[in-house]
Amino acid sequence: MSEFIPQFTQQLINGLSVGAIYALIAIGYTMVYGIVGMINFAHGEIYMIGAYVGLVALTAFAAVGGGPLPLMLAGALILSAVITGIYGYAVEQVAYKPLRGAPRLVPLISALGVSVFLTNYVGLGQGARDVAVPALLYGGWSFNMGGTFAVNFSYSRMLIIFVTVILMIGLTLFIKHSRLGQACRACSQDMAMANLLGIDTNKVISFTFILGAVLAAVGGVLIGQATGKINPFIGFIFGLKAFTAAVLGGIGSIPGAMLGGFLLGLVETFAQGYLLSEYKDVVSFGLLILVLLFWPTGLLGKNTMEKV
Amino acid sequence: MQENIKSALIAAVLTAIMMLPIFGMHLEQEGLNLGLSYHWKWIVIACSAVFCAQLARPYVMKAFSGSSLLSLPALNPNQQRVAFGVLLVAALALAAFGSRADISIGQLAMIYIILALGLNIVVGFAGLLNLGYAGFYAIGGYTFALLNRDLGFGFWQSLPFAAGLAALFGLVLGFPVLRLRGDYLAIVTLGFGEIIRILARNLTDLTGGPDGISSIPKPTVFGYEMARRASEEGAQTFHQMMGWAYNTSHMEVYLYLIGIVFAIGAIAISVRLSRMPMGRALEAMREDEIACRSLGINPTGLKLAAFTLGAMFAGIAGSLFAARQGLVNPESFSFVESVFILVAVVVGGMGSLLGVIVGAILIVCLLSMGSDLAEYRMLYFGLILVVMMIWRPQGLLPVGRRHVEVAPGEVSS
Repeated sequence: MSEFIPQFTQQLINGLSVGAIYALIAIGYTMVYGIVGMINFAHGEIYMIGAYVGLVALTAFAAVGGGPLPLMLAGALILSAVITGIYGYAVEQVAYKPLRGAPRLVPLISALGVSVFLTNYVGLGQGARDVAVPALLYGGWSFNMGGTFAVNFSYSRMLIIFVTVILMIGLTLFIKHSRLGQACRACSQDMAMANLLGIDTNKVISFTFILGAVLAAVGGVLIGQATGKINPFIGFIFGLKAFTAAVLGGIGSIPGAMLGGFLLGLVETFAQGYLLSEYKDVVSFGLLILVLLFWPTGLLGKNTMEKV
Repeated sequence: MQENIKSALIAAVLTAIMMLPIFGMHLEQEGLNLGLSYHWKWIVIACSAVFCAQLARPYVMKAFSGSSLLSLPALNPNQQRVAFGVLLVAALALAAFGSRADISIGQLAMIYIILALGLNIVVGFAGLLNLGYAGFYAIGGYTFALLNRDLGFGFWQSLPFAAGLAALFGLVLGFPVLRLRGDYLAIVTLGFGEIIRILARNLTDLTGGPDGISSIPKPTVFGYEMARRASEEGAQTFHQMMGWAYNTSHMEVYLYLIGIVFAIGAIAISVRLSRMPMGRALEAMREDEIACRSLGINPTGLKLAAFTLGAMFAGIAGSLFAARQGLVNPESFSFVESVFILVAVVVGGMGSLLGVIVGAILIVCLLSMGSDLAEYRMLYFGLILVVMMIWRPQGLLPVGRRHVEVAPGEVSS
């Protein structure tokens, strides 16, 4: 019994840090869904591209001599965010914008196409295999909670939670108070009306995609540091799970996506720790199906009736 | 013009920035560290392509606006009948004259036609995007493999079980459809397909894990085995009964013919469905569910029926696939497989039977070409999905809606 509490704490830490990444990606799903009403299947791949760009940037910094660690990390995060943001913008312009107003199935298939394309595009460019990410942040904070098992809170996981919380506070303030944030909220309530009132809805939609991509890129750079390897296929599974998180929290709701992300990370880590580790993906997908079945509005979602 | 050049320039610069970290700076593993090697060729090519395309776009748009140069005419029922006939004759000619390798590709084509027709019922008629279709395909294949391994069932004995079990899974998974909108359904089915694959890989005792189940027997011909020697003492084999010399390619042709028969069956069911009240109701529901509901059509029952029927087709195709390969493993039924089938349906034209069949044949040809193209083929398939949706969401061979025409003069005033 004495082992239980420290192990539980360890799982809690792991779950929260994985959940933080899910939350960052889930925000992109939920914002796009709230405004355009479509599932951006390619969002997981955007996250994967973010991870690659961040790693390339870090390697390039190291190649030219490096510098202080926080500066390098911040530089990689910013570069990755900018370039991945451009990807988000380009995907929206090329694959979704021409399809606005088409039947629902059409943009969905287009998004699937983008997702397949991007996976294989990175696979061709960087090789379809694992790339080991050199650890920049060694060690962590170990503490004893009784028993022989020492809880380890590694610095990379601390960084994930720290950066995520900062970004979430920033995003919440931004959506609440800035003009663009207000325009976003107006568009998600009623796009046609917002347009009539002089909001440039095209700009708002592009902005949503860029913002989602930026947050996903940050998640990608951070997860590379935590897991130690990336490959072009991480986007698929992570994207699916982040979508689960978005649905769990109530799709269309930004606080919901944050909550859902952390919750899913915890559920998955505990399932992995206390049940069978091979089945952690099954647990997430099973949870997704159950939530959609019995609780389609999620934790913080609104129940909307489809109207003619 | 100046505006045009400016936008083309911006697009080219953005392309360069986007491609630089992915294609330009290649990560090289050097022991424990990472290094970079630089490649510029593809970036230059892509940037010039984007620049030219963006520059030419307004003119191309102007030239093609309003013209139907790029679209094939929709076929009327008579032309469709002729096209089906031509396809059937070509398929039989392949059985008679094709080489062994051609016939092997033909078998795969038949399997894909059945799969694509099944998915067409779900995506084309009902408008429900099913991304876990390979899951049902897997259930069909594994049902045959397991029934054979554990109970000694042959192909024909296990076929109804494979079809039935896949249909049952379709029905059970169909229940989320009762509540969900189209895009949620896509994700749920995607998750389902992945769950099936993960279970197939990890339930090692039952499914043989990543290695799968091998030595699945070929189908028999009315109880006669098609092998060099009968597996039971004293039983006659097919070639002994017919008085032929034993030839392994007979088996290939036989499997191919079975494939053709099932494909014809699938076509027949699909054609009937498109004319039946249920098929009509499905299409109406795809167009406007709320209007349908207000006209007294029960969307829930319809969706379930479409889903179940589609799953059944996949189950049959899975059995055929298991018999053809003699082996099933989880990787044969991955998400990529679902994408292939979807591409076949989308390229041909959702809801158009002829289009879907041609799409399936095209996909199998592309998949069989292999060699240099194989590396890029998923890239192309992704692009095809996007381009088709933007340029021609109705597919290459769309179907004209069936209607009755009244000849002038036939109606007395």
